[in-house]
Amino acid sequence: MIARQRDENPAGIHLPLDPLPGHSSRGRLERVLRRGEFAVTTELNPPDSADPEDVYNRAKIFDGWVDAINAVDASGANCHMSSVGICALLTRMGYAPIMQIACRDRNRIAIQGDVLGGAAMGVANMLCLTGDGVQAGDQPGAKPVFDLDSMSLLETCRIMRDNGKFLSGRKLTTPPQIFLGAAVNPFAPPFDFRPIHLGKKIAAGAQFVQTQYCFDVPMFKTFMQKARDLGHTEKVFILCGVGPLASAKTAKWIRSNVPGIHIPDAIIKRLEGAQDQKKEGKQLCIDIINEVKEIAGVAGVHVMAYRQEEYVAEIVDESGVLKGRQPWKREIRRDDQMVADRLDHILHDEITETQVDMVKTAH
Amino acid sequence: MSETTPAKEGPTVTQATLVKKAAPKSDYKPADVSPQRRVQRSFAVRLWSVRHSRLLEWFYSRFADMFLLLHPLWKGLGYGRVEAPIKFVEKRVKGFMFDCRMCGQCVLSSTGMSCPMNCPKQLRNGPCGGVRANGNCEVEPDMPCVWVKAWEGSKNMVHGDKILDVQKPVDQSLRETSAWLRVTAQSAAAREAAANAKTGAAA
Repeated sequence: MIARQRDENPAGIHLPLDPLPGHSSRGRLERVLRRGEFAVTTELNPPDSADPEDVYNRAKIFDGWVDAINAVDASGANCHMSSVGICALLTRMGYAPIMQIACRDRNRIAIQGDVLGGAAMGVANMLCLTGDGVQAGDQPGAKPVFDLDSMSLLETCRIMRDNGKFLSGRKLTTPPQIFLGAAVNPFAPPFDFRPIHLGKKIAAGAQFVQTQYCFDVPMFKTFMQKARDLGHTEKVFILCGVGPLASAKTAKWIRSNVPGIHIPDAIIKRLEGAQDQKKEGKQLCIDIINEVKEIAGVAGVHVMAYRQEEYVAEIVDESGVLKGRQPWKREIRRDDQMVADRLDHILHDEITETQVDMVKTAH
Repeated sequence: MSETTPAKEGPTVTQATLVKKAAPKSDYKPADVSPQRRVQRSFAVRLWSVRHSRLLEWFYSRFADMFLLLHPLWKGLGYGRVEAPIKFVEKRVKGFMFDCRMCGQCVLSSTGMSCPMNCPKQLRNGPCGGVRANGNCEVEPDMPCVWVKAWEGSKNMVHGDKILDVQKPVDQSLRETSAWLRVTAQSAAAREAAANAKTGAAA
């Protein structure tokens, strides 16, 4: 008997889990959230390469620390490996990816096809985004598509899942079983509209949301207060976006160059005053996690550590949000190990067996 | 969510600036705005319309009623035949008032009289996460966010809560057609169906 982890299919790590009543997907993230455990998700920095090992190595550093990994869809309008490709690789290895779908690059025909393809590969979570404008990226001459917006994309996915139909009304033979996510940014105007906007996303089909980087906890608290008053926190799992800042200079740069990220002066002062700014940035992230996890209605954190992915494990560990729980970890199973032990020599031994030799040894 | 390029010394250097710098130099340097903005004038009138969203809402409901009253006329002449002149007027009037883009499925009454097709991402269901701290657009730094204005405008309106409706994706096949005529024909059909149901129930 092979010992297996919680939320793992005994027939194979790459296979979907048994369906549970009330669950819309067969993935790990939904199980964690619905059990009421504090979830941790993170983002994989997509490689600019065609080597699958790059994806596996980048996912490996999150092993045992996160419940799901976002496969970003050309974030910042910069060209990288596609989210569908990353998801294909991650699901093979048993990881739980969150497939991001941005409306910037594909029209409704392509997107609905990708939803089916992703679900068929075992992607249980999809995050519906509008996407950054093309002007922000490395190819500003590209045609911005924006055929759907995040809201109509959510609705499209929900219709495909619940009604088993394409947007056109044509029937699907097997609808995708997916857990639908959306993004919210409580830190950009119009502030009083943002909680209402969240309600709209819930109506369109959002089951979990990940927020933009939270550096202003009081502002987030106000947002959560309104969301609770409107009854949203009972209908949606809110994962607060957090991340370490590498230095005060980076923080200033982000503040003036990346629209939608709000960094208060106090944060920059704190970083400037520190001896080791990188370490202080990490500590700051841990402090923010510790503050937001106490806010009622926060179901988890989404740790975005762009180019500092190696810190995710430390941040999660030191903040203690998992409370001793260990998320699924890719490990070598006993049968795999046995095969590896017995047959490993054929990779290293320099034996060239000819058919003549084989006949001789057989006698 | 947003990706950041590594911090550089000095003034702001984004990927886009790098790309722009690498572009071949010539004497002709067009204004640094998106192609969509190039076809459009200033947005002063558009902002006036948002400020007077309540007045426009009142006016439009009278106007729609009048159009519906004229339904027999449109039908007599043939909707197909009146389309060209009506569209001509609609395009100019709404173009002046709202910078209308003739999507053919007008949602101005649900968006505080701020046309969502002027959003560079053409969002019809609310703002994106990139709105700047001063309430301006992420793509066009000097343009107020269409959805910040929509929220302001809808707060003035009697039926401002229509901003909460989830809008369907734009039907691109309806572009450059008259929304006025479509709405009129649809409400006339709805009225007839209601009347038929009533007589059917009576008989």
